[in-house]
Amino acid sequence: MKIEEKTASVAGGIPAEPEKATLEGKNKIVGFWLFLAAESTLFATEMGAYVALKGSHMNGPASHELFQLPMVAISTLILLVSSLTSVLGIMSMHAHDSKKMLFWFRVTILLGAAFLVLESYEFMEYVHAGHILSGSAFASSFYLLLGTHGAHVLFGVLWILGLVIQGAKKGITVHTAPKFYLASLYWHFIDVVWIFIFTVVYLMGMVT
Amino acid sequence: MATLIIILILVLFLGAILTGGYNKRFLERMQQSDLWSWITTVDHKRIGILYLISGGFFFAVAGLEALLIRIQLMVPNNAFIVGDTYNQLTTMHGTTMLFLVALPILFALMNFIVPLQIGARDVAFPFLNSLGYWLYVSGGLLLNLSWIFGGAPDAGWTNYATLALNDYSPGPGVNYYVLGLQISGIGTLISAINFITTIVNMRAPGMSYLRLPLFTWTTFVTSAIIMFAFPPLTAGLFMMMFDRIFGATFFSTAGGGNVTVWEHIFWIFGHPEVYLLILPAFGVFSEVIPTFSKKRLFGYHSMVFAVVLIGFLGFMVWLHHMFTVGLGPVANSIFAISTMAIAVPTGIKIFNWLFTMWGGRIRFTTAMLYAAGFIVTFVMGGVTGVMLATVPADLQFHDTYFVVAHFHYVIIGGTVMGMLAGFYYWWPKMFGRVLNEKLGKWSFWFFYLGIHLAFFPQHFLGLNGMPRRVFTFEANKGFETGNMVSTIGTFLMTIGVLILLYNVVWTLRKGKQADADPWDGRTLEWAVSSPPPVYNFAQTPRVRGLDAWWLEKVHGDGKLKPAEPLGLIHMPSPSHLPFIMAVGFFISGFGFVFHSWQVGALGLVVVFIMMYVRSFQEDHGYHLQPDELKGQGVDS
Amino acid sequence: MKRRLPAWWLLTIPGLLAGCVSRNNMSALDPQGPVGKSQLNLIYLSTGIMTFVVIVVAAIYIYVVLRYRERPGDEKKGIPEQVAGSKKLEILWTAIPVLLLIILAVPTISTTFTLDKKPDPEESIRVNVIGYQYWWGFEYPDHKVSTSNEVHIPVGKKVDFVMKSHDVIHAFWVPSLGGKQDLNPGRQDRIVLQADKPGVYEGKCAELCGASHALMNFRVIAHKPDDFDRWIASQRKPDSTPKTVQAREGRRLFNQNCIGCHAVRGGGFKVEGRTGPELTAFSERTRIAGILPNNEKNLKDWLRNPQGFKPGNRMPAFDHLTEKQLDALSVYLESLK
Repeated sequence: MKIEEKTASVAGGIPAEPEKATLEGKNKIVGFWLFLAAESTLFATEMGAYVALKGSHMNGPASHELFQLPMVAISTLILLVSSLTSVLGIMSMHAHDSKKMLFWFRVTILLGAAFLVLESYEFMEYVHAGHILSGSAFASSFYLLLGTHGAHVLFGVLWILGLVIQGAKKGITVHTAPKFYLASLYWHFIDVVWIFIFTVVYLMGMVT
Repeated sequence: MATLIIILILVLFLGAILTGGYNKRFLERMQQSDLWSWITTVDHKRIGILYLISGGFFFAVAGLEALLIRIQLMVPNNAFIVGDTYNQLTTMHGTTMLFLVALPILFALMNFIVPLQIGARDVAFPFLNSLGYWLYVSGGLLLNLSWIFGGAPDAGWTNYATLALNDYSPGPGVNYYVLGLQISGIGTLISAINFITTIVNMRAPGMSYLRLPLFTWTTFVTSAIIMFAFPPLTAGLFMMMFDRIFGATFFSTAGGGNVTVWEHIFWIFGHPEVYLLILPAFGVFSEVIPTFSKKRLFGYHSMVFAVVLIGFLGFMVWLHHMFTVGLGPVANSIFAISTMAIAVPTGIKIFNWLFTMWGGRIRFTTAMLYAAGFIVTFVMGGVTGVMLATVPADLQFHDTYFVVAHFHYVIIGGTVMGMLAGFYYWWPKMFGRVLNEKLGKWSFWFFYLGIHLAFFPQHFLGLNGMPRRVFTFEANKGFETGNMVSTIGTFLMTIGVLILLYNVVWTLRKGKQADADPWDGRTLEWAVSSPPPVYNFAQTPRVRGLDAWWLEKVHGDGKLKPAEPLGLIHMPSPSHLPFIMAVGFFISGFGFVFHSWQVGALGLVVVFIMMYVRSFQEDHGYHLQPDELKGQGVDS
Repeated sequence: MKRRLPAWWLLTIPGLLAGCVSRNNMSALDPQGPVGKSQLNLIYLSTGIMTFVVIVVAAIYIYVVLRYRERPGDEKKGIPEQVAGSKKLEILWTAIPVLLLIILAVPTISTTFTLDKKPDPEESIRVNVIGYQYWWGFEYPDHKVSTSNEVHIPVGKKVDFVMKSHDVIHAFWVPSLGGKQDLNPGRQDRIVLQADKPGVYEGKCAELCGASHALMNFRVIAHKPDDFDRWIASQRKPDSTPKTVQAREGRRLFNQNCIGCHAVRGGGFKVEGRTGPELTAFSERTRIAGILPNNEKNLKDWLRNPQGFKPGNRMPAFDHLTEKQLDALSVYLESLK
């Protein structure tokens, strides 16, 4: 009932919160929160395994010999900013400004890609330092955790790319809005996960 | 070279799909076939039936495995099936029963019944519902293909490292386990999210949380458990996969890995897993017992509370599977207490069921027989559970036939009896015919007697020193009688299942037509025709209390009160994408099983492309004219 | 039948408990040491409490099923009263289980802590246990003696089994003495057991460890303290010198075929082999490979086809040896003391 009223109140246009205007959109948002809860458990498990195994670096370098905080700090900064730009995107969506929205999401994509490039570079450095997947339990759990996160970032970049293409064609509608909203939720999520990784893996890894 | 050919075929395959095919007429004919309509269906009722069929198929496979196991153990020093083959049988029996039979058959009931019980037209995500189903099938088939290509997994359903690592299980068997469960696990997770969203968002007006039927409540809690239990399994399987396929060293001690990490992760998933199997069965009994006692459920609120509490405590007890690992008396004691605590809410449920029957008028239909048989059987399984929590005693029980007896008592006495009760209870709703009661009762008595014969003696086998997962036992050590009786029990259970199968075939042909409400039911699913129309409810009902349908029958005029005017009904359109995505996952899994990361990646690319296709699709569904509207001059 | 079945099952429980103890030297219900006895006490306590629970449930159940089943003519009586619940009853059946569980939990925890106590090294003997697929190695570090598949212990003394696994997870279980401890690769585990009476107690691997998990048996042989000391002394000076021509030929064949995996201490042999069970004083073993009665015929059968007896074990078949050679080899092995 409420939905129709809401839609009717903005006669002919898009409602104020287009992502929640349809039952479909509402379902998607609830479902996506549940998905993120499940994802949190996944990352928690991998992080648990990392904490349990990080001491076993065998003959390879230990965490404090390996990590280069300045580069990681830049990665962190980039990802944090990209979270911000996705918020700006959603704000533009609520203001029904599709051009601005698309702009901010494009920036988000670029920042995400930059993060991925930096991370790949970082991994290459580690491999040179003898820190390889099969080297030790520490390396295995490190690459699994970071790799899962990196794969999530990559997926997010490709996803938002698809959305930007759709958005350019269709603009903001009650069908496209939930998609952008979910993508931004997802993006915040991988940002939050990164903050945990930064703390648990990198900062705590510097403590010998 | 093989990889190249596979890639080529896939590219052609993809091209055909994306361009609409090379032969339009063939495609059209295909799209009109029944098979295609089942493959592409997004109707929760049809998906429920699909779950039932595949669950039944895997049940036959895993049941046969159990039969072979019991034949080998019929007499001492038997040489029928020994060594690795035997280990493959036990591993696959356990894995298949838990992942591919129990949960999917419960999903069948949930899928069919829950939307009807909450007065909804469909689930929240019909597309994902279909995807979840096809991923389950694809994972299940991948797992079972191991019998044909390269040998089945043989490290137990618990798959403990280091036995499961390449050094000690060199064949592809464990790879199948890892990837099959990974794929079907994604499907399960998707379905769980779908159920929760459905229950949160799609309830009919007036259907508040404390008016939800118990089966819906247990579906809700079960889905929540899945949501938090399956991701740890996913993570664990990733580690196992990386260890086996990419040379990581999570569990191999040579690289500094730790075998206990797998045990923790597995049981953090594994214990909630068994609770998410038992809760829906509790839900079924909470529907069946009131219906056939003609009384409302005794203590509805405490029943709901108990379900939630069991779901929560299920995550706090995993260590009781690891008392013999040697994690110290403090950890063991804490987990002993938390395990014992679960007996309390379970006890509440048992007594509430008994007091639902108390003062009622009990009709012993087959469904009710299963429910009644469940109570004592399950209590016997439950109390041995508490005994297993007694740490020092568990040091004797652990990994013996005592444990085997315990979990078969709870899983067969609880989950399977719940499945069968639900099967007889809801069959008329699903297929429009009532299963033959006489055959049903014969089948029940064979099955019921079989359970006790098969598993009761196993308690004593275990106590007298027979470890589990052994392919033989010595003569003259007092194991002969127990094992022989146990095998005979298995034969009786088999006869029970065969009668059930015959009953199904007989009923589909000659069974009595079912009217909408054959059992004098209490919940909303009995208000619509059997089988229900594709849109479930012509008008969304307005719910006025607990046991909504009973309320209307006893206090109202026997009709549901509509919450909306008659009108066109919005329906989701069928889609073939879930099927193709499942095929993609299957290819990927198969590739990884044989260490070909190229094929593995390719399958994932197919999946990803399908996700893109789906995202770009303008699919707003279609509108349907309900039967009630036809002839009233409304066009669709 | 429908009514009586649950009652019938119930009546069998105490009867079965008493009647189902196998005097097979491997029953948790027939313990021969303090650990097993304290565990059996808890088994009895928990079985008692739980049987009580089952009886209460079954009694109510039988009453309900008999009293409230539908009879012809019941339709006229109208619908039964729709009772919503009862606070009092529900509190009752929450409180009573809690009480029962407390009764069970207190001894559970106290025994858990007692069993975990490390023994005084003065009053105990240490035995190192190494689990291999599918056999057991035992070492007596205080006595510089080792053996395999059969572990000898003195009665009345705590035995501190310190365990390691060579490959996969195994579990060390001697049901008559008390259970059970996993052998985790990469970790050191321990269990303290004690036998009160001399005797032979069967041991099993209880954690799935591969194809022949079912056959990974061992024996605990408990001696009076004097006998145990004598056994140790004889193990420290094993007699492995062949005395006949045939036995000398056997020793030559042993050197050719077996020494790579199997060690025999004393008599000029170095302890080389470590991948197979040590064969020092082989003639005194009660069983071959932990499963076959120890005699020459079984030994020859085993040598010809070890996989046929213990699938998946690492020993190749020695069927290329002639009958005469096998005779010599087994005569030699059966002469080792």
